[in-house]
Amino acid sequence: MSTLLVQLRSDLKVFVRNPAALFFTAILPVIFLCLFVSIFGNERDETMGNVRVATLQVPAFIALAVVSAAFVGLAMGLVSLREDGVLKRIRGTPAPSWIVFGGRIGTAIVSATIVTAILVAIGAAGFGVEVPTSTLPGFFVTLALGAFAFSALGIAYTRAIGSEDAAPAMTNAVVLPLYFISGVFVPVSRLPDGLRHVADVLPVKPFVDALTVAFDPRTTGAGFAAGDLAILAAWGVVGLLVAMRSFGWTPRRQAG
Amino acid sequence: MTADAAIEVDGLHKAYGSFEAVRGVSLRVERGEIFAFLGPNGAGKTTTVEILEGFRKRSAGEVRVLGIDPEHGDRDWRARIGIVLQEGKAQPELTVRETLELWSAYYPRSRPVAETIELVGLAEKADERVARLSGGQRRRLDVGLALVGNPELVFLDEPTTGFDPVARRAAWEVIGGLRDLGATVFLTTHYLDEAQELADRVAIIKGGLIVAEGAPQELAGPGAQETEIAFVPPPGVPLGELPAGPAAVLGHDGRARLRTSAPTRLLAELCGWAAAAGIELERLEVRRPSLEDIYLDIVGEPPAGTGAEAQAPPAGAASSRRRRRRR
Repeated sequence: MSTLLVQLRSDLKVFVRNPAALFFTAILPVIFLCLFVSIFGNERDETMGNVRVATLQVPAFIALAVVSAAFVGLAMGLVSLREDGVLKRIRGTPAPSWIVFGGRIGTAIVSATIVTAILVAIGAAGFGVEVPTSTLPGFFVTLALGAFAFSALGIAYTRAIGSEDAAPAMTNAVVLPLYFISGVFVPVSRLPDGLRHVADVLPVKPFVDALTVAFDPRTTGAGFAAGDLAILAAWGVVGLLVAMRSFGWTPRRQAG
Repeated sequence: MTADAAIEVDGLHKAYGSFEAVRGVSLRVERGEIFAFLGPNGAGKTTTVEILEGFRKRSAGEVRVLGIDPEHGDRDWRARIGIVLQEGKAQPELTVRETLELWSAYYPRSRPVAETIELVGLAEKADERVARLSGGQRRRLDVGLALVGNPELVFLDEPTTGFDPVARRAAWEVIGGLRDLGATVFLTTHYLDEAQELADRVAIIKGGLIVAEGAPQELAGPGAQETEIAFVPPPGVPLGELPAGPAAVLGHDGRARLRTSAPTRLLAELCGWAAAAGIELERLEVRRPSLEDIYLDIVGEPPAGTGAEAQAPPAGAASSRRRRRRR
C-alpha cells in the first residue's frame, strides 16, 4: 500500500510537470465551459425545463475531463512508458504490475476530481449553475464508474497503438468524434437517429447522460441513471478483460 | 548443478521460428565474480541475457539464476536482482532523487537513496530532472536504479555505450566497486578494454555458441599467449636474416612483427644483434596481446560498435530522440 502511495505521488508529479497532459486534461475543459457559455448564452431554456444552459453544459465538460484524464491520459502515458522501456524495466523489479496501473488510475481520478471541482465552482460562481445536493450520491458513483471504465479502456487501447508518435492521433481519432456524437459539444437532439443509436451503445454518451441526470436540479431521488450506468460498466469490464489479456510491457519497435 | 553459483546455464537453446539464436550455451558464474559476456551483434548475446533476466522463455536447456529458474522467478527472486537494460529510459519529468525514491519503494531491502546517489556519483545532480542529464549521467542513473534494491546479482547490458572516455572510467570505478559490495556482476559489452579492465572471467559467444571462456589474460588457445615484438626492419636487411626465432611477418604499418612465448631471450638476441651491428631498431615495441587481439583472432571481425561508430548512438535512436523533443 505504501508503495502505491509512492507511485501515485510520483505519477502526480509527472502529470503536473507535463505541460501537454496538464493542458488537455485540466485547462481545456475550463476554457471550453467559458467559451461555450459566452458563445451560446446562458438563458433559462423553456424547452429544457427552465434550466440554464451552463447547468447542462457543466456535466458534459466534466465527462470530457474524465475521458481525457482516464482514457487519453492512460493510453498516451502508458504507450510512452512502454516505448521508452520504462515498463519493461519495472517488470524487472519486484513491483507488482498492478502498481503501474494503480498509480496512473489514481492520477486520473485525482486530476479529474480537481477539474470537476473547478468546473462546478466556476459554473456556480460565474454562470448561476445550481449545484445538486440530493443527487450527489449518483453524481459521485457515476464519476467513479466513469473513471474506472475509461481507465480500463485506455489501458486496453494501448494494444492498438504501435508507437509513441502515433498515440496522440490514435487517441484523438477515437475521442473527438465520440464527444461530438455524445452531447458534449452538440445537443444530441440535433443528431440523425442512426448516429444517435450508435452513440447510445458507445461509452461516452451514457456517461454524459448519467452525469447530466445526476447534475440536473429537476432530478428526484439519488441521481442514479441505471441504464446508462449499466452500459458504462459493461464497457469497463470489456476494457478490463482486453487489458488483462493483451497488455504489452516491452517496446513494440523491439523484437519479441 | 551445485547450489552456490550465481548463474548456471547448461545446454541453453533459443529458436525464433526456424532461426536458432542460441545453440547450446553452457556457462557458470560464481558468486562475487564480475563476468563479461562478449560477442558480435546477432551472436545471441541479448537473447541469452534476457533469458537469464526472465524476460524471454528458452526453447531448451537448464538455467538457474541465484538457484531459481528465471521463467518461474517470483517477486522474492526479482528483489535479489538488479538490471540495467540496453536501452531503458527513466521518466524525464522526475529528478534523480525522485526516480530512485520510487524505485527503492519497489524493493523490500533497498539501499538508502542517498547512498545510492553517492555510489553512482550523481550527488551534484540529485535534484536535477532526468530530462536535463547528459547521456553519461543518465546511464549512471540506470546503474543506480539497478543497485538501489541492494541486489546480489546485477545484469549490466552495455552500461557504457555512448560514454566519453572520462565517463567510462568513472563508470568502471562504480562497477569495480560492486565487487567490494559482494555483488555478482554479469556484464555484456562491446568494449573489450572494458572487459579486460573489469572482468574476472570472460565468455565470448559467436553464432549462438560459446567459443572461448576464461580469465581475460588466459583466454583461448596457444598463440594468443605469445608476446609480440615489433620494429621497423633495418634497411637492407631481409626479414629472413633477422636473428633466430619465429619467422618475422611484415605488418601493414611497415614494421616487422615477431611472436614468441620466450620474449626475454628473443629480445636479448635481437638487441644484441642490433647493437653489435650498430643498428637502431626504429619504433621498437614489445606488447602482450590485449583481449581485443584475442577477440579478433577468435571472432574474426571487430565487434560491432567498436571504433568511431560506437561513440554515436545508432541512427534510429537519434532520430527517435529528436522526434520526442519536438513533441
